[in-house]
Amino acid sequence: MNQLIISAATEGEKVNPLVPNLWEMGVVLVGFAILMFIVVKFVVPMFEKTFAERAEAIEGGIAKAEKAQAEASAALEEYKQQLTDARTEANRIREEARAEGAQILADLKEKAAAESARITAQAHAQIESERQAAVVSLRSEVGTLATTLAGRIVGESLNDDDRAARVVDRFLADLETQSAGAAK
Amino acid sequence: MHLPAILPWGAAEGFSKQMLLVLLSVVFIAVFFVLAARKQQLVPGKLQFAGEAAYGFVRNGIAKDIIGGRDFIKYVPLLFSLFFFILVNNIYGAIPVIQLPTFSHVGGAYVLAGIVYFTWIAIGVKKNGLRYFKLATVPSGVPWFILPIVIPIEIISNFVVRPVTHSLRLFATMLAGHLIVMIAGSGIEYLVMQESILLKGTSVLVLAGAIAMYMLEALIMVLQAYVFTLLTAIYIEGALHADSH
Repeated sequence: MNQLIISAATEGEKVNPLVPNLWEMGVVLVGFAILMFIVVKFVVPMFEKTFAERAEAIEGGIAKAEKAQAEASAALEEYKQQLTDARTEANRIREEARAEGAQILADLKEKAAAESARITAQAHAQIESERQAAVVSLRSEVGTLATTLAGRIVGESLNDDDRAARVVDRFLADLETQSAGAAK
Repeated sequence: MHLPAILPWGAAEGFSKQMLLVLLSVVFIAVFFVLAARKQQLVPGKLQFAGEAAYGFVRNGIAKDIIGGRDFIKYVPLLFSLFFFILVNNIYGAIPVIQLPTFSHVGGAYVLAGIVYFTWIAIGVKKNGLRYFKLATVPSGVPWFILPIVIPIEIISNFVVRPVTHSLRLFATMLAGHLIVMIAGSGIEYLVMQESILLKGTSVLVLAGAIAMYMLEALIMVLQAYVFTLLTAIYIEGALHADSH
């Protein structure tokens, strides 16, 4: 070992470390030139291509995402608008239906009222006319009966129409006053 | 620890282990990144992700941050190649059995620094014409009577010292780290061979120190690859924007 150190030391005296070995310089030059060639020709272009593609992919992706986002919010806006429209429409229809229903109800009520009034009026008229007819027939019948009765009692023929009518009228008028007084 | 040349076998000169390592590093880097970049997908797999992270580190962490603008992409291949070439060749020093950072020999560092040197001068001249040399050496806003001092300093610092420091920084750190680890290894061996049990015991301390130095050296290996690439980016940026400096 001592010898090795000594030989190294003596070698150091003989060889100045700053003086290069020309062959080594040549090998480094050639080796570095080959490396440069490979790097320029293959390595850098391939990496740069990937970098560029990646940047493009990322930026393109961002643009695509932004577009999708915009589309989505537009669609959302549209749906909201449609929903609002639909709600307004529904409200309107409901209001209309309610109004229409109320109208129909009012119409029906009115019609029913008119009908009932008409029926009542008709009934009144019929009753009135029947009563009238009854009064007339009753009067003539009562008159006939009364005259016949009276004629039989009196023995006098009351077949004379004028006279009979007068008698009957008077009789009836008496009756009416009597019944009116009784009603009172 | 220096292994002798492979061809001719064992000789001091010839096709050295270092040369083999340089060529292997080219194969490693090329194969890894071509494989990682071959099946490019928008959603990356593990290998592609690792490749992209490594590529993105140089592309965005160095080229884009330092050079900026729209033109930085033109300089990414150079910076990328430099970073991984130096990184792999440095890491060799931390791999057991290999344990030989390529740039512990100065030749490779000279070559890379030379490539960078001519590259940034060419960029400066292409961008600004021959006026570039004036822009690079005559600082604006300096009183005229200081110029005779400033101009030579600028010339020396920009065109002479810069490539030298650029290459020697890499070389010196690699050589020094290599030597420290090697000396520690030799020291441990020497101490273990001693008769006294106490002296033998001290080898444990040296071992602990050697492990710490190994860790530090591994850090410096990565750091120097980064520093070399970062400085390259700064030189290129300076050449591109010479008028505003």
